[in-house]
Amino acid sequence: MLSHDHAVELHGVSRVFAGRAVLDGFALTIRPAEFVAILGASGTGKTTLLRLLSGLDRADGGTVRVPRRRSVVFQEPRLVPAKRVWQNVVLGRRGTPARARAEAALTEVGLAAHVNAWPKTLSGGEAQRVALARALVQEPDLLLLDEPFAALDALTRIRMHELVGQLWQRYRPAVVLVTHDVDEAILLADRVLVLSGGRISLDVPVDFPQPRIRSGRDFSDLRMRLLSELGVAVH
Amino acid sequence: MADDLNHGIIKFNIPPPRQTSARGGENDLIDLSPHLVPAPGRSRRNGWLLRAAAPAAILLAWQLASSFGFVAAEVLPSPADIVAAFAELIRLGDLQAALPVSLGRAVAGLAIGGTTGLALGLFAGLWRIGEGLFDAPLQMLRTIPFIALVPLFITWFGIDELAKLMVIIAATIFPMYLNTYAGVRGVDPKLIEAASIFGLSHRQTAWHVILPTALPSILVGLRYASGAALLALVVAEQINARSGIGYILNNANMNQRSDIIIAGILVYAALGIAIDLLMRLLEHLALPWRPKLALA
Repeated sequence: MLSHDHAVELHGVSRVFAGRAVLDGFALTIRPAEFVAILGASGTGKTTLLRLLSGLDRADGGTVRVPRRRSVVFQEPRLVPAKRVWQNVVLGRRGTPARARAEAALTEVGLAAHVNAWPKTLSGGEAQRVALARALVQEPDLLLLDEPFAALDALTRIRMHELVGQLWQRYRPAVVLVTHDVDEAILLADRVLVLSGGRISLDVPVDFPQPRIRSGRDFSDLRMRLLSELGVAVH
Repeated sequence: MADDLNHGIIKFNIPPPRQTSARGGENDLIDLSPHLVPAPGRSRRNGWLLRAAAPAAILLAWQLASSFGFVAAEVLPSPADIVAAFAELIRLGDLQAALPVSLGRAVAGLAIGGTTGLALGLFAGLWRIGEGLFDAPLQMLRTIPFIALVPLFITWFGIDELAKLMVIIAATIFPMYLNTYAGVRGVDPKLIEAASIFGLSHRQTAWHVILPTALPSILVGLRYASGAALLALVVAEQINARSGIGYILNNANMNQRSDIIIAGILVYAALGIAIDLLMRLLEHLALPWRPKLALA
């Protein structure tokens, strides 16, 4: 039974690959509608954590409690090339209501004009917005974002940040964003976690108000702190 | 020697400064302005002319060689003779009688063999148990050239229609199986993972994700299988042919009519071209989502 004040509850979670514990005694709780960003170098267990939360992978021990309705936006759009954009958004659902829902979701991500397009005709940013629409159609209580902007160009990334921020404000799912980009984490999240060695080494709230400006004092202080936690020397 | 020569005269023979604009060195700009690229319509027409040139020249040389008596008509009849042989086959109604029979054999064999190959390929591709059961034996059987089976099939199935049909079936199962299996297995596991995240059942994932994505490969299998069906048809029609194009060829052979034999071979070739065109049309219609890519 999921308690009302938590969207995610992890206690004593371990996950072992080939004798190496990627997660060991891992604990994390996330409130409903909380936006959590997870930073960490490669191999610190970010991906493993996200796969446990999505249900694609199972823990070797501990408690993993997540909402029934979850969606993932992956680093790649992962669209079925043989299905039109709207069919991808409502993959596996049937009938005209499905199409109407797909159109509504695509309109929200600004792709109303591409409802009937084939995925291979889209740009990287457009395809990723389709993936976002597909995730939203599920009306998730937990939205998992696995480095969804990493492959996008800088301008598209800025627009995607705005879009994700707006959609989160409107639908209020709990969000877990895995990213390498410290600025992105501070821009979007309520709370930033730094993972190292399969544990949370830093857990800080981002309590200054939106919209956040990269040149702000709070912003740069937090950026310094996160970067040094990540082992990047800042002078 | 050349060195010696150069040595002697080098100070009088200083090369002039390179004129980069005229000479196209490595770092020069090359002109890709539109007016330098030939108009597509014209280049396409020229392309057709170029392609038609060699066959036309061969035909002409062939006709001349026959007309001037360089080649005996019994060995290689002239193009005009072959056209006349066609006219004869059509006038007597032989061709009209043979074509449906031969096509019927090929289509029936392809339908049965192709469907079997498709079903086995899907079964082996989608289910581990199917792979375990079928893949190894089919991969072994695949190495047998189907032509080698003809004597065996004659002893098993006799010399009537059944043996002919079985040869075509044997020839078409494997290309269909291999490409279907490869297509299903080639679907990106990440897509299947995404489908499971979005709550698709195994059946829905197979229908909405795996099959559409594997369709290009399945159609390649169908194309190979069609080609194999035609090849098998030619072989099968050598068995006690009493109808079909094989019958025309057999009769012509006994009557020493090389003009009719060549006409019959050309009919087989035309069937091959027709099948290929049909398959391309099918791919075009079935795969509208594939980007139309061509290198010039």
